[in-house]
Amino acid sequence: MINSLFLINPSGEIFLEKHWKSVVSRSVCDYFLEAKEKALEPEDVPPVIHTPHHYLISIYRDKLFFLSVIQTEVPPLFVIEFLHRVAEMIQDYFGECSETVVKDHMVMVYELLEEMLDNGFPLATESNVLKEMIRPPTILRSVVNTLTGTSNVGDTLLTGQLSTIPWRRAGVRYTNNEAYFDVVEEIDAILDQSGTTVFAEIQGVVEACVKLSGMPDLTLSFMNPRLLDDVSFHPCVRYKLWESERVLSFIPPDGNFTLMTYHVNAQNLVAIPVYVKQSISFFECGSDGRLDVTVGPKQTMGKTVEGVMVTVHLPKTILSINLTATQGSYTYDNGTKVTTLWDIGKLNPQKLPNLRGSLSLQAGAPKPEENPSLNIDLKIQQLAISGLKVNRLDMFGEKYKPFKGVKYITKAGKFQVRT
Amino acid sequence: MLSMSTNNLSYSDQGGTDSAVEVGQETTPTSSNAGAGFGLFSVDFKKNEDLKEMLESNKESLKLEAMKRVVGLIAKGKNASELFPAVVKNVASKNIELKKLVYVYLVRYAEEQQDLALLSISTFQRALKDPNQLIRASALRVLSSIRVPIIVPIMMLAIKEAASDMSPYVRKTSAHAIQKLYSLDQDQKELLIEVIEKLLKDKSTLVAGSVVMAFEEVCPDRIDLIHKNYRKLCNLLVDVEEWGQVVIISMLTRYARTQFTSPWKEDGVFDEHNERAFYESDEEKTRDETEAKPYMMDPDHRLLLRNTKPLLQSRNTAVVMSVAQLYWHLAPKNEVSIVTKSLVRLLRSHREVQYIVLQNIATMSIQRKGMFEPYMKSFYVRSTDATHIKSLKLEILTSLANEANISTILREFQTYVKSQDKQFAAGTIQAIGRCATNISEVTDTCLNGLVLLLSNRDETVVAESVVVIRKLLQIQPTQHSDIIKHMAKLFDNITVPMARASILWLMGEYCERVPKIAPDVLRKMAKSFTSEEDIVKLQTVNLAAKLYLTNSKQTKLLTQYILNLGKYDQNYDIRDRTRFIRQLIVPNDKNGALSKYAHRILLAPKPAPVLESAYKDRDRYQLGTLSHTINTKASGYLELSDWPAVAPDQSVRNVEVIEPTVKSKPAKSSDDKFYSDSGEEEEKGSGSSSSEDGSSSSSSEGNSSQTSEESDKSSSQSEKSSSESDSEKKERKTKTPLQKKTVKPTAKDWYHTIMEHIFNEESWTYVTKQQHTKTIFVNVINQHSVLQTFSYSHWSTLCVSLFTQLCPLSLAFPLQLSGPAFVPEKSHDLLHRMTGKGLSAQYQFPRQPCLYQPTMVSVQISLTNTTDHPLEQIHIGDRSPTGLNIHCFNTIECLEPEASVTVFMGIDFNDSTQAANFQLCTKEDHFSVSIQPAIGELLLPITMTELDFRKEQGKLLGMNESSATITMAAENMTSQPISRPVATVANLGMVPSSQDNVHRFAGKTANSGAVVLVTVELRGESTALITINTEKSVMGSMLLRDLKLALAQA
Repeated sequence: MINSLFLINPSGEIFLEKHWKSVVSRSVCDYFLEAKEKALEPEDVPPVIHTPHHYLISIYRDKLFFLSVIQTEVPPLFVIEFLHRVAEMIQDYFGECSETVVKDHMVMVYELLEEMLDNGFPLATESNVLKEMIRPPTILRSVVNTLTGTSNVGDTLLTGQLSTIPWRRAGVRYTNNEAYFDVVEEIDAILDQSGTTVFAEIQGVVEACVKLSGMPDLTLSFMNPRLLDDVSFHPCVRYKLWESERVLSFIPPDGNFTLMTYHVNAQNLVAIPVYVKQSISFFECGSDGRLDVTVGPKQTMGKTVEGVMVTVHLPKTILSINLTATQGSYTYDNGTKVTTLWDIGKLNPQKLPNLRGSLSLQAGAPKPEENPSLNIDLKIQQLAISGLKVNRLDMFGEKYKPFKGVKYITKAGKFQVRT
Repeated sequence: MLSMSTNNLSYSDQGGTDSAVEVGQETTPTSSNAGAGFGLFSVDFKKNEDLKEMLESNKESLKLEAMKRVVGLIAKGKNASELFPAVVKNVASKNIELKKLVYVYLVRYAEEQQDLALLSISTFQRALKDPNQLIRASALRVLSSIRVPIIVPIMMLAIKEAASDMSPYVRKTSAHAIQKLYSLDQDQKELLIEVIEKLLKDKSTLVAGSVVMAFEEVCPDRIDLIHKNYRKLCNLLVDVEEWGQVVIISMLTRYARTQFTSPWKEDGVFDEHNERAFYESDEEKTRDETEAKPYMMDPDHRLLLRNTKPLLQSRNTAVVMSVAQLYWHLAPKNEVSIVTKSLVRLLRSHREVQYIVLQNIATMSIQRKGMFEPYMKSFYVRSTDATHIKSLKLEILTSLANEANISTILREFQTYVKSQDKQFAAGTIQAIGRCATNISEVTDTCLNGLVLLLSNRDETVVAESVVVIRKLLQIQPTQHSDIIKHMAKLFDNITVPMARASILWLMGEYCERVPKIAPDVLRKMAKSFTSEEDIVKLQTVNLAAKLYLTNSKQTKLLTQYILNLGKYDQNYDIRDRTRFIRQLIVPNDKNGALSKYAHRILLAPKPAPVLESAYKDRDRYQLGTLSHTINTKASGYLELSDWPAVAPDQSVRNVEVIEPTVKSKPAKSSDDKFYSDSGEEEEKGSGSSSSEDGSSSSSSEGNSSQTSEESDKSSSQSEKSSSESDSEKKERKTKTPLQKKTVKPTAKDWYHTIMEHIFNEESWTYVTKQQHTKTIFVNVINQHSVLQTFSYSHWSTLCVSLFTQLCPLSLAFPLQLSGPAFVPEKSHDLLHRMTGKGLSAQYQFPRQPCLYQPTMVSVQISLTNTTDHPLEQIHIGDRSPTGLNIHCFNTIECLEPEASVTVFMGIDFNDSTQAANFQLCTKEDHFSVSIQPAIGELLLPITMTELDFRKEQGKLLGMNESSATITMAAENMTSQPISRPVATVANLGMVPSSQDNVHRFAGKTANSGAVVLVTVELRGESTALITINTEKSVMGSMLLRDLKLALAQA
C-alpha cells in the first residue's frame, strides 16, 4: 500500500526517507516540490498529487510535510490517517514534532517507522504497543544508557500486539492509582458584522489520563447523555453498551488517550461567551485606515473568560500599523500573511479591553475590498458550555480504590468574526 | 544554499552504488563547503572505513554505535551499501537492538547485493523454527522482505509453514509475506492462492485484515473464495484492527455488488429483472409470484449493513469513510442518510481529511441533496480555510442550493465575493452562475447581483462576472436585452480586457436585440482600437463583422475603418483575422461563393454553455477511492460491478458452523498467555479433542447442552485441519525436488548453501509434522471460545485429576493415571455413506479417560451428511448385547447438508474385544453398526515408578505372565525409540527405566482396573523379549500378539 515516506521541511529539503517496498528514487518528490512552489501557502498544496507512475499523498503538519508514495489504488484517507498517526507518534515520543526533533532521533524514528508498517500495511500503530517495543527516550534513561550501555529497544518481546486488547499492555503497576478525565468543549462559530450568529456548534472531546494498575474495567456515565448527538470512540469503548444504556464502558489504555469525541445537538442554542465590537475602515482617498476592536463577555455562566486572543487577518497591502491596547499586548507579523495577534488574557467585565489605532497602506494601493476577519481564541475553566456533566465513574475488575477527577474546559474552536 | 548542496549530494548518492562517485563528490567544492552539520557526511568514504572497523570489532557497544550511524545514513537517503559484508555478519547477533538494525539494513540493501544477502538466509531459517512466536514472525517478515528472486522457493515454503502456525501473529505475518512474494514472483500465484484460501478460513481477528489485503492484491477476482468466509468476516469485523477494517469493508462492498440484487426501489429497471427472476426460479418460489413482492433483502446483505454500522463511530477517519461508501453503494436509498452525521463529523478533522471527505460529499450531494441539506452550515467557508477546501465547500453549497435555502446561500456567497482570496471570489461568482441556472426563481436576482459586481475594482472578479453573465445570457437570451444595455453603459468603466472582450462578443451575438446600441459601441471601439488589448481587438473585429452583416447601412464605414486598422496591426493574429473577415464579408468577384454563407458562419446559433459541477459523474468511481479523488483510474483500481439482475445462489455462503462465536473481551486476555507459551507444551498436549470431550460432556450433564455442541463443532474442525496438514505435507514432499531443479541452473558457489537449506527444511518438516497437526488442533480449539479460560495443558491435567477423583479405586500403591503417550489418528468406518443413505460415520479412540463412567472407553464419532437435505434427529437406538452399557451422545437435532459434526460416546466393553453393536438412527432410518475395539484401546495408561513396577510384576508371575521372543524390524531397533510402536498399539504409559535396553510400560484395563504391565527387553542385534504381566491372561495374550505384530513389522 504505502510504498515510501519522505519527510520534507518547508524549504523543500528531504531530511528523512523510508521505504517499505522497493526503493523509490527521491526524485519523485520533484512533482511535489513543484506543486509546493505554485501554492501560496503550505496549506494550499493539494494533498493528492498524480504523477505518471506514482501517486503522492501528503499532509502538512507542524511545519513539516509528510509525503507518502503510493503505487496502486488505496483509499486516500487510509494513507492520510496513517501519516497523521506517524506525526502523533513522533509527538508522543519526543514531546514535539519538528524537524530538529526528528533529526536528533533519526535512528529511533526510523526504527519506529519500520515497526509501524509491514510491506506498506499498518502493523502496529497503537502507541502502547510501540512503546513496549521501542521505549521513548527520557533524560534518566539516556543517562543510564550511556553509563550501562543498555538500549531503548525492548528486550522483552512484546505481548501487547498479540492480545485482543492491543491498546493496553499487561502488568501495569502504579502506587497511586488515578483516573482523570478532561471534558474539553470547543465552540465553532461564525459571527457576522452585526454580531449575529451565522453558524455555531459545539464539539467536545473527553481526554483521559488513566494510570491504574492491572486490568481495570471502567464505566463512565453522564448526567445528560441526550445532549450528545454524534459520537466517536476510542476502540476500547464497548459500542453495544453505549447504544443500549448510554454509558461508556471500557478497559482503558495506559496513560493519556482520547476516550471520545462528540458533537452537541444544539444547532441554534449555542451560548456565545464573548461579543466583539469592531470597526475597521479604510479611507477612500488617502492610504490610511482605522481599527477599533473591543471585546466583552456575553454568556459566560458566571465564569471568567481567560486566555482571550484576537487575531486580525489584515489585507496584504498594509504597510504598517500603529495601535494601542488598553489591556494586553499585540504583535504584528508581516510575513506571507499579514496578521496582528492581540493577546488580552483575562477578560475584565468592568473594564473592557480595547485595541485601536491607525493602519497605513502601501502608497498607491487601492482601498481593500473586504474588511479583515477576526479570529477569537478563549478559554473558560470549569465549564462545559453545552452543560454536559459526568455523573459517575465506576471501576470493576480491580480491588483498590482509584483517585478520580473530572475537569471541564471550554475553548474557542474555529471562532471567526466577519467584519 | 546549504540545503541545495545536500540535495545534490543525496541525488548522486542515490544513483551510484560504487564508492567512486562518493570520492568524486568529496572533491567538489559544494560538499567541502558544507557547514559543520554536514561535516560528518562530507567525508563519507573515510567514515565508512571507520564504520567497517567498528562493525568488525568484538565490542557490542561499538557495533551498535556503528549500526546506528549506518541506519542514520539510510534514513537520510545516503548510500551505505558498501558496508554490506560487514553488516551482514552481525545478523545472528544476540543483542536485539543490534539485530533489529541489521534487519533494517538488510531489507534496504538486499535487493542490490543479492549474492551477499544469501549469507543471511540460514539465520532466518533457523529463527523460523524458534519456539518464540515473535522471533518466528520477525524472521519471516525479514526473510520475505528481502527481494531476492533466488530465494522464492524458500519463501514459499516458509509462508506455507507459517500459514499453519499456531500463533495468529505468525499467520498474520505470513499473510503479509504473501503479498511480498507475489510482487517478487507472479508465477507463484496459484500456490499463493492456496495459502490465501487457507488463511481466509482463519478465525483470528488478527489475521483477517491482512489476509483480505493479500486477497485483494493477489487474486481479487476469486470472489468464490469469499463465499464460505463471508458471514465470518461480517461477524468478526467489529473486532478487527482498524486498518484491517478498511480493507475488509472495501472488499465486502465489491463482493456484495456481485452477490445481491439491488435494494434501490426507485430503480424502475430493477422490477423487471426481479419479475424475471421469479419466473426463472424453481417451483418453491412460484408461490411468491402471485404476491408480487417487490424486493426482499438477502439476510446476508442485511448482515453486512448491520455489522458495519457501529464502525461509523470509529475514531479512524478511513474506517468511517469506508463504511459511508459501503452504505452509499449497497444500502437501500432510505438508509444511506445515516452516514451523513459521521461524514460531517470528519470535517472537524485535519485539513487533508477534510479535503477527501468534502470531495466525496461533493459527489454524493449532487445525487442526494437531501442527505446534507440539514448540515448546510457546516460547509460555510472560513477565511482561514485552504484554497482547495474553500472551493470544495463552494461546490457543495452550490449543489445543496434549492428554492428554500437559496436566499441564505446567496447571502453567504455575497460575503465570499468580497474575500481577499480572489481566486476564491472568482469561484464564488461561478457558483452564483450555477445557482442562477439551476433555480430559475433567482436567475434575475443573481444576474442583477452579478451586474453590480461589474463595478468591482478587482479585475478577476469583474472578468469572472462578465463571463458568467455572458453564459447566463446565452442560456436565456430573450429576456435580457436590458442587461446587455446596462453592460454597454458600464463598458466605458470596465478596464479588464477579458471583460471588455466578453461584452463585445455579447453585443455582436445579440446585436439584433440592441440595434441602436451596438453600432454606437462599435463607434467607440473604432476610436480606441489602437490602444486596446489584443483580445479586445479580436472581438472588435468580430463585432464589426457581425454588424456589417446585420446592419451594414450604419456600420459599413466603421467596419472598413476597423478592418484597415487591423490590417496593419502589430499582432499577426489580428492581421490574419482581419484578412479573413474582410474576404468573408466584403463581396467581391473571387470569393463570392463563401461570402454567401458569411451570415450563417458568423451568426450561427451557438450552443449554450452548460454550467455544471465538476463532480457530476465522479460517481463512476467507487467513493473513497484514490481514483475518485484524482478522477482518473488509478492503477490497480477494481471496478465496482453493477448489481446482478438475478441473485446468485445464496447457499454458497452456508457454512457448517452456523453461528461463529464472537469472543467476549475479558476472556481473550487469557488467550495470549497461552499463545506466548512455547511449542514444547503442545508436545505433551496430544489428544486434545478427547480431553475436551470429557469436559464438555460433563458440563452437558449439568444441563448445558450448548457448550457441548460447540465443542463438538470445534473438534470436528480440528480434525479437518489435521487432515489438511497431512495432505499438505504430501504435497510439499512432491514439490521439493522441483524446487531443487529451479535452483540448479543458476548454481554458483553458494549453491551448496541453498541445497543445505532445502534439505534442512525438508527434514524439519518431516520431524515436526506430528507436532504441527497437534498445534493446529490446539489452535482451533483455542479459538473456539469454549476453552478460552484454560490453556490446554491445564485441561489435560484437569481431566486426569478429575477422573482420578471420580475413580473408586483403592489400590495398595498410588495408581496415578496419566495422559496418553500417543494418540493414533487412525479412524475406522462406522457407517459408510452408501449403506447409511448419505449419512456417514467414522469412529476413533481418543484415548482419554471417559468421564461419563470410569469403566467406559471413550469413542469419538464424526458424522457427516453427504446428502442434499438436512438429516434430523440423529441418535442411538437399540443395542446388543442387551446388557451393553453405552453412554449415548445427545440427539443431534439437525445436520445440514455437507455439514459434519463430531460427538463423543462412552462404551463399556467389559474388558473384552467383543464388538459393541447398536443402531444409529435418524428420523427416518436406522442403521445397525458395530464398534470392535483393538485390545490396546481397552487400557488406560498409568504412571508408576520402576520400583512399583517391579513390585507389581512380582505379584503377577506364572499364569499371569506371557512372553515371546521376536525378531525386530531393523528400523525399530535403531532409529525410533521403542515406545512409539508400543504406544501405537496400546494405550499404555511409559515407566522410567534404569536400563537402556529395557523399556517398561504400564496401564490398567478400563472396566476392572486390572494392572497390565509390558516389558520390552532388547537383546543383541535384532531380537527382543516381550513380557506381559496381567491377571487378565486372555487380554495379556491378545495384547502380546498385537505387540509382536507391531514390533516385527517392517
